[in-house]
Amino acid sequence: MQEKRHIFDSKKNVKRVLKALVVACVLTAGADIVYHRHVVHPFEALWGFYAIFGFVACVVLVLLAKEMRKILMRDEDYYDHDD
Amino acid sequence: MMIEFPPFAFFYLAALAAAVLPRVPRQALMLAVPVASCAALLQLPSDLLVSMSILDLQLEPLRVDRLSRLFGILFHIGAFIGIVFSLHSRDRTQHVAALAYAGSALGAVFAGDLLTLFVFWELLAVSSVFLIFASRTERSFGAGMRYLVIQVISGVLLLAGALILYGQSGSLRFEHIGLTGAGSMLIFIAFGIKCAFPLLHNWLTDAYPEATPTGTVFLSAFTTKVAVYALARGFAGTEVLVYIGAVMTCFPIFYAVIENDLRRVLAYSMINQIGFMVVGIGLGTALAINGAIAHAFNDVIFKGLLMMSMGAVLHMTGRINGSDLGGLYKSMPVTTTFCIVGAASISAFPLFSGFVSKSMVMVAVLEEGHPVVWLALLFASAGVFHHAGIKIPFFAFFAHDSGIRTQEAPTNMLIAMGIAAALCIGIGVWPWVLYDLLPFAVDYTPFDGSHILAQIQLLVFSAAAFAWLKVAGIYPPELHSTNIDVEWLYRRLAPRWVQQTTAASRRAVDATSRAGEGLGRNLMRLVLHHYGPDGTLARAWPTGSMVLWVAVLLGASLVLYYL
Repeated sequence: MQEKRHIFDSKKNVKRVLKALVVACVLTAGADIVYHRHVVHPFEALWGFYAIFGFVACVVLVLLAKEMRKILMRDEDYYDHDD
Repeated sequence: MMIEFPPFAFFYLAALAAAVLPRVPRQALMLAVPVASCAALLQLPSDLLVSMSILDLQLEPLRVDRLSRLFGILFHIGAFIGIVFSLHSRDRTQHVAALAYAGSALGAVFAGDLLTLFVFWELLAVSSVFLIFASRTERSFGAGMRYLVIQVISGVLLLAGALILYGQSGSLRFEHIGLTGAGSMLIFIAFGIKCAFPLLHNWLTDAYPEATPTGTVFLSAFTTKVAVYALARGFAGTEVLVYIGAVMTCFPIFYAVIENDLRRVLAYSMINQIGFMVVGIGLGTALAINGAIAHAFNDVIFKGLLMMSMGAVLHMTGRINGSDLGGLYKSMPVTTTFCIVGAASISAFPLFSGFVSKSMVMVAVLEEGHPVVWLALLFASAGVFHHAGIKIPFFAFFAHDSGIRTQEAPTNMLIAMGIAAALCIGIGVWPWVLYDLLPFAVDYTPFDGSHILAQIQLLVFSAAAFAWLKVAGIYPPELHSTNIDVEWLYRRLAPRWVQQTTAASRRAVDATSRAGEGLGRNLMRLVLHHYGPDGTLARAWPTGSMVLWVAVLLGASLVLYYL
């Protein structure tokens, strides 16, 4: 029996999710132009501060974590044997 | 007149009963206990102090005020959800341990003096460790023993600190302590161990992922939240906590990104969430404390929900590594949905519970003039969405299809997750229910256009970063691996050092004994040479030579006499 096809088995649906994400990015970043956010600190007043910060923070996080692997990563059973 | 029946007593009695009752009555009892106990708690007056004196010691085994009442209610909710989630289990040990553990957590938050706190502090450790042992693997046994040792050390430090304070002030009452001297320092470290301060944190990420699928749900609810409560009570406004908390929010997210075991990812993200609470407690303003406590409340529920969803995956597939999972949305769609609700809550999406509490801490940090800490917390907020909000659901339920086909989790698990998910959304939409319970009056509007927009921008662009890294093939793959952390010091370096030292001392002893043996042998040879059967002095000498030598001696004495 053929297994039922699920929503993300089709590449088209995955592309749709990605497109929706791009649209969401444009809309929320664009909202900064029309909506004046009230701020506590001058950082926050910069245009697109949260958007840029969020993107850069995640990229930096992943790239640094990848580098950390070189120092920290051991075999899965590292502590199970001694040498 | 009503007798004040302490909430922990219900759970301890139930634990005793659960040890002998057969399965069905045991299940009924376990479901009834949190409900009955919570009803009794709500009947207690809102300010209550029960005192007694034992051997000249003034003890307060039951203190109810706004702070302890909130944690009391929270622990009842956590216990109830955990019990529903573990109802299918036939393992009596786990049921008894879970009830005793929940009782100990309640005992600790209602303790009015440090000695009572100490007793429950240690009981928390002793009861909870059975939830780790219950996995019944060699790994879980080792992790459980390490967990127990570290927890007991925390208790011993607490007792030592309490005794020093008692010696100074003559009182054991558990009020604001503040960092003032050796005694308070010891208590601070004791709380810090249970709270998973940086460098003292590794017991959590070591032991929690080794517990049973149901045990981890209880573990994630109680121990660290008791510590958060204790810090809020004893060390509110201690500035160093702001910096400790900021470090706690940031460093675990790096580990979470590269960790393969998804329950261990959640354990790291737990430290990250506690970091936000610790920062709030360190600031000590009404808004910050309220934010910290509200976040502790929400964290028990959304972290519990995430732990439950991963527990369900482990229960159904026997696997929990990101590298082995994927595509489970096909066979576990309901669990997937609940997991996403938990993920949205921990990531602080507007209208989910994390948003209404974390933002209080964030605002307080800026208002109190800590922009650098604020940036660190913002980084951690993006990071938590990245590893807990996206990574957990993505690698378990989506990603590449692992080919695993299973069924939806048992009904009791789904109900437990459903309750937690409903609470996550309920509190996210009507936060005032929670705000009314907080220790200070709340003058804060969570749903304000600027906050909502800023948070959505942060999250949408974090998601975009994940998508871009993944599509571009930069995102690190999930790999079977162990990442070394502080535990390396006591699991590898210290044992190795002890081994080397003992080997070196054994060598030294061997060398000494060999040298001694050689010396002894030479000495013996010398003795034998002179005194042995053929030795110079034992030889049968001819009588003539005897006479000769006597004559020589006599002659010599004669000569000496005349001189």
